[in-house]
Amino acid sequence: MSADFLQFLFSGITQGACYALVGLGFSIIYNASQVINFAQGEFVMIAGMAAVALIDAGAPFVLALAAGVALTVVVGVALEKFAIEPARNASVVTLIIITIGASIFLRGAAELLGGRGFRSMPAFSGNEPIVIGGAALLPQSLWVLGVTVVIIFALGRFFNSTMHGKAMLATAYNPVMAQLMGINTRLVLSLSFALAALLGGIAGVLIAPLSLTYSTVGVMLGLKGFCAAILGGLGKPMGAIAGGLLVGVSEAMTAGYLSSAYKDAVAFVIILVVLVVLPGGLFGGRSVERV
Amino acid sequence: MASLWQPRTGGLLALAGVVAGLPLILPNAFYYDVAILVGINATVCVGLNLLIGYAGQISLGHAGFFALGAYASAILTGDHGWPPLAALAAGAVGVGVLSFVLAQPILKLKGHYLAMGTLGLGIIISIVLNQEAGLTGGPDGMPVPSLRALGHTVAGEHAWYALVGLVLIVSVWLTLNLIDSPVGRALQAVHGSESAAALTGVDVIRYKVLVFVVSAVLASLAGSLFAHYAGFITPAEASFARSIELVTMVVLGGMASTFGAVVGAAVLTILPQALTAFQDFKMLVFGAVLMGTMIFLRKGLVPTLAGLIRNRMRSGRA
Amino acid sequence: MHARPSFRWLIAAFTIVALAASAVTASAAEPIRLGAFLAVTGKGAFLGDPEKKTLETYVEKVNGEGGVLGRKVELIVYDTGSEAKEALTFVKRLIEQDKVDAIIGGTSTGETMAVIREVEAAAVPFISLAGGAEIVEPVKKWVFKTPHTDRLAVEKLFTDMKARGLTKIGILSGPGGFDKSCRTNAMALAPAKGLAIVADETHGAGDTDMTPQLTRIKGAPGLQAFLYCGFGAPTSIVAKNVRQIGLGVPHYQTHGSASMSFIQGAEGAAEGVRLPAAALLVVDQLPADHPQKAVATAYRDAYTERYKEPISTFGGHAYDGLFIVLEAIKRAGGTDKAKVRDEIEKTNRFIGADGIFTMSPTDHLGLDTASFVMVEVKDGTWLLLN
Repeated sequence: MSADFLQFLFSGITQGACYALVGLGFSIIYNASQVINFAQGEFVMIAGMAAVALIDAGAPFVLALAAGVALTVVVGVALEKFAIEPARNASVVTLIIITIGASIFLRGAAELLGGRGFRSMPAFSGNEPIVIGGAALLPQSLWVLGVTVVIIFALGRFFNSTMHGKAMLATAYNPVMAQLMGINTRLVLSLSFALAALLGGIAGVLIAPLSLTYSTVGVMLGLKGFCAAILGGLGKPMGAIAGGLLVGVSEAMTAGYLSSAYKDAVAFVIILVVLVVLPGGLFGGRSVERV
Repeated sequence: MASLWQPRTGGLLALAGVVAGLPLILPNAFYYDVAILVGINATVCVGLNLLIGYAGQISLGHAGFFALGAYASAILTGDHGWPPLAALAAGAVGVGVLSFVLAQPILKLKGHYLAMGTLGLGIIISIVLNQEAGLTGGPDGMPVPSLRALGHTVAGEHAWYALVGLVLIVSVWLTLNLIDSPVGRALQAVHGSESAAALTGVDVIRYKVLVFVVSAVLASLAGSLFAHYAGFITPAEASFARSIELVTMVVLGGMASTFGAVVGAAVLTILPQALTAFQDFKMLVFGAVLMGTMIFLRKGLVPTLAGLIRNRMRSGRA
Repeated sequence: MHARPSFRWLIAAFTIVALAASAVTASAAEPIRLGAFLAVTGKGAFLGDPEKKTLETYVEKVNGEGGVLGRKVELIVYDTGSEAKEALTFVKRLIEQDKVDAIIGGTSTGETMAVIREVEAAAVPFISLAGGAEIVEPVKKWVFKTPHTDRLAVEKLFTDMKARGLTKIGILSGPGGFDKSCRTNAMALAPAKGLAIVADETHGAGDTDMTPQLTRIKGAPGLQAFLYCGFGAPTSIVAKNVRQIGLGVPHYQTHGSASMSFIQGAEGAAEGVRLPAAALLVVDQLPADHPQKAVATAYRDAYTERYKEPISTFGGHAYDGLFIVLEAIKRAGGTDKAKVRDEIEKTNRFIGADGIFTMSPTDHLGLDTASFVMVEVKDGTWLLLN
């Protein structure tokens, strides 16, 4: 029984970490621009597909991963420069539709360049499961969890101890005031897309050995990442991480103990309940509407 | 007298003119099919536009209501032998009640939390339709009997075109009247600033709930019509992608413009057919068109173009 | 923000332009016009993509050899994006706008069922590439299909399990129509075959980890075999997850996994997995006197040469559909739809990629079961089992 529980927990935490990384991207971009970037899942897809294509073409493993992530960052910045920046003053819904257009565009491009099949990436440290308390954990899961923890600390440092990070936080808090203080809010916007793409890209290469890569791999991950971000309180990076873990673990527990048929639904039911009880998300606190 | 010549009367007449005139240029049943789908989507969008454009609320779950209407018709007529109109009404009432019950807590949410709430609702509906294969046929879908009412069967493109055209015109007429009523004016106050509206004594939640229910019921009715027209439905009707498609139609056409919603529905329904020429580049072009339109015509097609025309006319006169 | 009177022109003009833009009709030459609607993109792309490539390869080939009855073959392919609703609109377009002589397609059962009413009403010969038995049962006048039914696949699997003395089965199925159809057939056939389904789990769209479900299956009392019903990336993920948790019972999948992507994606975890597949998959292992040997080899070579990728058996469905229609047109001496339909129904011992077809007024599939074989993954490739 407890071995089963551990197995579900491992699965849930690994999944949750992926959702968290995607959710972080949503939060960071939202903070800088109030935009919900529905192309966030596509960042995950691009990094994975690009890295796999390079590995198949004979590139050294680590280089291929780095190139995949770098390409994703370039796409993220391009998305901001060519699609979000020109529509800077458009309504929030309009901006959402632009990111949806971008996600369709990126999927189309990925299919043209990478084909419509699915491919696997070799795991970083082999496929030999590590048995803990009767439950089997893949080394790749440890990679996912380890890197997620590193990212959380690095992000914490970035936001609290660097000029760029502080500028991003200030912009999130009050864009007009930040601009008056001399913060280049345009740069902050670019930076937020670059950072979100970086996180998505890292998530992409980390989970590619588990999820495999194909052009639509980011669709569901994007959606679940959005859930994570909302659950934790949109714009709260640590909330997104907690939200991601909560979604991941509740999905795995539901599939393990209740019904796998309604696993996905249960995650959304939790979200509905949480939203109704705590309309600002788990960590949203009380929001004050600007009049 | 003056009210008879309000701009919206002209718009409604123009819409009726287009609906009546189109058959003159539609060469074959395929074009009728596309026109019928435009009409069905437009009916949903006119309602959804009330919510998005006038009440300022985003719904990412309206495909769920559309699908509930469609499945109510399919299951009640196909498996239980109900008369189609009774099934359609039952679906609409069911969706009305459901949306009313859900509206209270969901509409208390703001901005993106509301988007998430409606998204969750839509996905739950979609999952149920996929899982309950005994009732819905599962992912492979289920057939739907023809629409029979008053001893007649609606069959063939022409009959369907007339019916859907009529439903669209009536929906637009109702919507325009709603917008012009005290409710509509209150709604616009809500959109402007909820807090300010509340201060002036507008019962914000009540109006939002009303609009949510109206838009959900319109979606359900359109869903029922679609089910009978297509003769076959799948849970894809409830998918997140479909909800997004509906919102995109409203925004593309122009928020807070009823005719914009109709135009948006037309463009996004026709576009995939027009883009088949691009073959493998179809998705690429579709995504680019979507982005480009929203970047350069950010208020949506109808308001932007109308603004351009007004400016042109003004400068022409000067 | 009310609409202004000037809008009427705008709306009218826009609608007319938009509709007229796609009104490009082809010339009135005399090619044979074949229409196809396939899930080239979307969740069914895994099936629809090789189907499209196969049709294109062979239409080129046929035209290069002078066409059929001295007429060129013109192929019109529409991508449904794996949506049943799109399928219906595209079929109307093929019939009304493109005026095709026959229709091939419907990659999935849902897409096929959605268009049957239309095809029957328009009286156009139609060959589906989907697995559901309901497509041809009961027989519909204008509707035929080429792939083995999902039910036959499950029968094959159960026969193999029974022969190995495995009677307690755990099933995991995916969210798609194919997945659900496999599960439903398994549930229905198990009692008759003397098998018991001891675990019945599902996973969702886009899931990347099925270990919770597999852990439950592992805990099912008396479990002797595991069957995964699904296709695409989850086939490989399931194989990896099975290895991860050490399920420890024989592992079966369906013909949905019959492509090299499954083996490669599973990175060694597919070893020992058994599945039913068209003999095409193991063409090199067929005895020289096997009736399908020549046809299957030629198909494999033509496809791999053109697209530089390994074949899947899905493209084979399209090969069969295409040539059953073209042969029927040859025999009918033209494209008269009723005659072509009658000739398709008279298809006799047509040797295709899926097997040997002999259709009749009561059987619009007419595919022998002998060409549907059991294979096992061994040393990173397919091994034909006897």
